[in-house]
Amino acid sequence: MPQYSDKVMDHFMNPRNVGEIPDADGVGTVGNPVCGDLMSFYIKVDDGRLEDVKFKTFGCGAAIAVSSMVSEMAKGKTLEEAKKITNADVAEELEGLPKNKMHCSNLGADALHNAIEDYEAKVKEA
Amino acid sequence: MREVYFDYGATTPPRSEVVEAMLPFLKEHFGNPQSLHRYGEAPREAIEEAREKVAELIGARSNEIYFTASGSEANNLAIKGVALMNRQKGEHIVVSAVEHLSVINAARTLEKLGFELTQVPVDQHGLVDPADVEKVLRDDTVLVSVMHANSEIGTIQPVGEIARLVKERSKAYFHTDAVATVGRIPVDVGDLGVNLLSLAGDQFYGPKGTGALYIKRATRIMPLIDGGIQEAGRRAGTENVPAIVGLGVAAQMAAEDMDERRAHVIPLRDALIEYLTNEMDKVHLTGHPAQRLPGHVSVVVEFIEGESMLLLLNMQGVAAASGSTCTSRALKASHVLTAIGIDPGLANGSLLLTLGSGNSMEDVDYFREVFPPIVDRLRQMSPLYKEA
Repeated sequence: MPQYSDKVMDHFMNPRNVGEIPDADGVGTVGNPVCGDLMSFYIKVDDGRLEDVKFKTFGCGAAIAVSSMVSEMAKGKTLEEAKKITNADVAEELEGLPKNKMHCSNLGADALHNAIEDYEAKVKEA
Repeated sequence: MREVYFDYGATTPPRSEVVEAMLPFLKEHFGNPQSLHRYGEAPREAIEEAREKVAELIGARSNEIYFTASGSEANNLAIKGVALMNRQKGEHIVVSAVEHLSVINAARTLEKLGFELTQVPVDQHGLVDPADVEKVLRDDTVLVSVMHANSEIGTIQPVGEIARLVKERSKAYFHTDAVATVGRIPVDVGDLGVNLLSLAGDQFYGPKGTGALYIKRATRIMPLIDGGIQEAGRRAGTENVPAIVGLGVAAQMAAEDMDERRAHVIPLRDALIEYLTNEMDKVHLTGHPAQRLPGHVSVVVEFIEGESMLLLLNMQGVAAASGSTCTSRALKASHVLTAIGIDPGLANGSLLLTLGSGNSMEDVDYFREVFPPIVDRLRQMSPLYKEA
């Protein structure tokens, strides 16, 4: 298997926060044209913090591990803190990703940020 | 847990007889076959014996067999060697859309050198229609290459018919990449009527690093590897004697037990195909349902991705393969699945099981046990899957 770290394998085998939030405050979906991965993030916001984060992912081991790690990193953070999560942070938390899988980490961070943007746009409209 | 190897398409384990035959040539018979002294004798005889065995496997003459280090090398030698040597005949090359990358990329290199390339499309089963080849033949077509069978989707091409057509309607040489068929199903260069044919030893229980190109008598070809006079001047380099000896033994044994192996593997293949397409939900066969390699099972599984399937299968002891983009080191979508018109998203759910001598119905039963929970688990995670 593509030299995945133990951390990546753990998040792949035991992904945290899989699921949907039916009455989500924000939803972000990002597709990766490079390898066809698809990630959807659902967030619940309470008092400026990510109270709940869930995801669904179609993709390889790295994609699933990244989604799981991003959801774990984001949960409980303020929106500002969550917006600052970068793909480099995610890759680091996962103790490294194979070079040709780094793009998966972009996807996770982007999907989360999209969900936050979605929430903020909704709030603006209200 | 059970260890199940369902990846005979990637490579096969060398037979013990093959390994035994190789050892003396790694030990006491270490001489260079080109040496005039006595150390060269046994190695020289051994490679000629191997050459005869390979020739017999495909119905060729011994002096029409040229050893290479792989099927890819044989393909490169055929494509580049023939095109470059026969440029004055024409600069148009025809290949099918589902050729192995060693054929397609060799042809693309020739394009960069000024040749013109035409790719013949295939139908939804991956079959080449001889009429489509005929349509693109020109006066200046110098080479046509259509593989005998495709290793990704298992489809066996009507090579004999296509070769005949090419011979009647053009001056082109005809090459077939038979890496997936030699040693698995009967292959006879006379029956097929080809000028060139590639094979690889590790596909039929021989060692890795062995291949051969059949070059019909009187075919002009430019060597890829210049230098000494090995392989009648067509492929320089001190021969890999142990590997060639292994290839010969593998070829001989493959001819002997081919029918038995086919009879063994076909029911296992059919049981898996039946299970995957009829008992599993939203799993579809790729490749031709009937004109297919004896041990080949290729499907696409809706809503989930190939690499994650392979990882989970691997954890359960099952070794399989996939044509999904993520499983390709180059992160490229499978050109074969694209050519047969599979939607790119669905193509990423590709699963490839290739069976061989070591498999049994117990392996099939075990797969039926471990596969559904894997599919369920990944579908539950997928944004594309909505439960009915």
